[in-house]
Amino acid sequence: MTAVTDGVLAGTGPDRRARQAEIVAALQPLLPAHALLWQAEDTVPYECDGLTAYRERPLLVALPETEAQVAAVLKACHGLNVPVVARGAGTGLSGGAMPHAMGVTLGLARFNRIVQIDKYSRTAVVQCGVRNLAISEAVAQHGLYYAPDPSSQIACTIGGNIAENSGGVHCLKYGLTLHNVMKLRGFTAEGEPVEFGGDALDAPGLDLLSVVVGSEGMLAVITEVTVKLTPKPQLARCIMASFGDVRHAGDAVAAIIAAGIIPAGLEMMDKPMTAAVEDFVHAGYDLDAAAILLCESDGTPDEVEEEIGRMKAVLVGAGATRLSVSENEAQRLRFWSGRKNAFPASGRISPDYMCMDSTIPRKRLADMLLAIAGMEKKYRLRCCNVFHAGDGNLHPLILFDANDPDQLHRCEQFGADILETSVAMGGTVSGEHGVGVEKLNSMCVQFSPEEREQMLRLKAAFDPAGVLNPGKVIPSLHRCAEYGRMHVRKGLLAFPELERF
Amino acid sequence: MSEPSSTEMNQATGPAADAVPRDLPAAVEASTEIALGASISAEAGAPSVPAIEPALRRILDVVREAAAHERALCLRGSGSKDFLGGPLLGEPLDLRPLRGITSYEPTELVVTARAGTPLDELEAALAEHGQCLPFEPPRLGRDGAGQPLGGTVGGMVASGLAGPARAAAGSVRDHVLGACLLNGRGELLRFGGTVMKNVAGYDVSRLLAGSMGVLGVICEVSLKVLPRPPATRTLRFDMDQANALRHLNEWAGQPLPLQASAWWDGILVLRLAGAEAAVASAARLLGGEAIPPPLAAGFWAGLRDQRDEFFLHAEAVLAAGDGESTGFSLWQLSVAPTAPRLEVAGETLLEWGGGRRWLLSREPAGRVREAALAARGHATLYRRGAGTAAPDDGAIFAPLSAPLLRLHQQLKAAFDPQRIFNRERLHPQL
Repeated sequence: MTAVTDGVLAGTGPDRRARQAEIVAALQPLLPAHALLWQAEDTVPYECDGLTAYRERPLLVALPETEAQVAAVLKACHGLNVPVVARGAGTGLSGGAMPHAMGVTLGLARFNRIVQIDKYSRTAVVQCGVRNLAISEAVAQHGLYYAPDPSSQIACTIGGNIAENSGGVHCLKYGLTLHNVMKLRGFTAEGEPVEFGGDALDAPGLDLLSVVVGSEGMLAVITEVTVKLTPKPQLARCIMASFGDVRHAGDAVAAIIAAGIIPAGLEMMDKPMTAAVEDFVHAGYDLDAAAILLCESDGTPDEVEEEIGRMKAVLVGAGATRLSVSENEAQRLRFWSGRKNAFPASGRISPDYMCMDSTIPRKRLADMLLAIAGMEKKYRLRCCNVFHAGDGNLHPLILFDANDPDQLHRCEQFGADILETSVAMGGTVSGEHGVGVEKLNSMCVQFSPEEREQMLRLKAAFDPAGVLNPGKVIPSLHRCAEYGRMHVRKGLLAFPELERF
Repeated sequence: MSEPSSTEMNQATGPAADAVPRDLPAAVEASTEIALGASISAEAGAPSVPAIEPALRRILDVVREAAAHERALCLRGSGSKDFLGGPLLGEPLDLRPLRGITSYEPTELVVTARAGTPLDELEAALAEHGQCLPFEPPRLGRDGAGQPLGGTVGGMVASGLAGPARAAAGSVRDHVLGACLLNGRGELLRFGGTVMKNVAGYDVSRLLAGSMGVLGVICEVSLKVLPRPPATRTLRFDMDQANALRHLNEWAGQPLPLQASAWWDGILVLRLAGAEAAVASAARLLGGEAIPPPLAAGFWAGLRDQRDEFFLHAEAVLAAGDGESTGFSLWQLSVAPTAPRLEVAGETLLEWGGGRRWLLSREPAGRVREAALAARGHATLYRRGAGTAAPDDGAIFAPLSAPLLRLHQQLKAAFDPQRIFNRERLHPQL
């Protein structure tokens, strides 16, 4: 396989300038002058996404405004064998939109139009640069919303959500991005128009939509999306339950599911996290609890009443020491405020933090918390834990000071240990943030050489020249051989003020 | 933390494990031989190279041999879907020896089963814990003695066929979490896993749903399962097709626990499912005539398995003529649910809130495809009448656009370079 290799075409100095001039000359006739940036001061803002630890200056940035321009840029880049990295709002957390040193960053933020809202068919057609939350806001008047709600939804775009197959706090009940998208319209690596999925519930042939969603911009460039809209539940109420022991909290999660309940949201915070967020939002969290569960029910008032009753019985049976049920919307949002502000709250108690994103079977939640407690001692660093407990997705936040090289090193080892422990527990290295560049090495742990090779062949089937976002997601065989027992790199975040997860 | 009721393969299959066909003696070996489930359910250490159990070893050998000689293989379970798709080309490869539930953990909402596991065995194991396959896969086919063939897990995923609840609950693909695939190079590969959220690498496991086996042998799959809804209720309304379509789409825009719908011959039937309170209040709101539960259960099971009145009627029409051409075909149209009544002659059964339309018609393939396109969807030639000719282009499924066909061909080459698996089953050029 030659299509995708790490650092393809990397270069500096006169070669770089000559290449840049060549590409500028090729793209200038295709775009308005303001839509092409190549001076250093203009391209610097694009040098990273939400994962700020990884930076690269692109050769140039193209900001097309029409689909015809996207097609023309892709054709030209394909002809010149230039890597193309598509980018939305740049809020991604795994470096998926990190530029290629010898490539073009294709900024799609100008595709920000809601094309059509159809109440009758419960669908909306939106351009890729429309923000996730903007869709729900635009359709709220019809009693509908777009269900996947990554916590960065105020800023992240639907195009980025497609690239990452984003989740959120409600995906156990309402599904991931894939389950809420019907049709994608965009272009192949060659710049040829293509559609995946359709207006019907399925499409003929292989289900290419399912592999394009979550492919981190490596299989096609998507410009327009038809999303499925969901009727807004009449009511949502949330239970906040305290547990004196993390095992009891972990058992409670399993017990809820075993009772046949699929909560609208089911989240867990450990004691250090609770202390950090309470200090930040003053929501009245129980500071004595070893772990707190937030368990939400939505539906008709009768339905919620019935389900809340069943949930309470299970939580008490599992050993909850304190229970409160939100009595109104303000209180419900207050229960969630700490959970949603876990990141900024961590930023207040530590100079830096590294966020992990692995998923494990639910029944191992308590084991994982105890394993992390052991790692805190081993690596002499603190860790706060927030989990999407309902689907086993973990977001441990390892606290450290990046100015201390030894702390940084221990933090990296700590993170790699969590990922490898997750894989060993039957889980995966990324639940919703994507692999990008951040978890390339961890992919070596999770997949065999043959499996990675098959993924590279799949990539080549869509993009034989290997120009779309090369070097991301699937590590080369060579890289995995080098990785050996080395550990993953740090993951510092941009946009610390944004609610996350 | 209490030990969840994890069940190993032989326990999970229960009495049915004894029913392994006698001509397949090595079908289920001792659980120490577990190969397929080993690497994803491994609880210590990174995925290891699994020991190959004998049943899988034989399949591997056949595939490697076929690849070496570029010989076509026809992947097959119970044969309950032999009628579906293009011709059955190549030497049959029976996957039923790959049988058994590898792991089932009700509190994880995940079950992992080998391809040859009978569908009813899987569903019985889930039912013991009050859980189900939410997409209601059809149990098709009858053997010579009129006994149901039932289908296997592999065929269920490969065909991607779903039943009445599909519009509300999602498709087969939506419930695939992971798979073990044997590709055309004879490599055993795992994609996805057993957890709900997983974005590590390309989602190859979901791509296998509906692939008709053209990418490789689906050896084992992990599926998301759900609790059975606590309450269901079935309502009946008298209304014409246009009214039914309008009501179905309007109701779908409201927070109602609509789980399934069917319209045929002036009658609309709805199934509500969910919390008792939600079902009761929706039933009050919608009105209609309540169907007694046993009658309703029989109706939905018949619809799901394509054995209800409409399908039996279609079967009779297709079989009529005693070998001579009847000219009738049964089409499955997947269209925009809001599309108005199709402009094509024939009898229609609506499902999925208007999204699936069965059509029993003598219209030529071109006409039916046009009607499907006009309704922003596509048509599948589901069953052909006795002696009725195949469409001129040989395509059973709707044609693909030029870029999509190219991607399909390149994907086929990426997984199965010698084209050994299920040639022409999904598309004449694959």
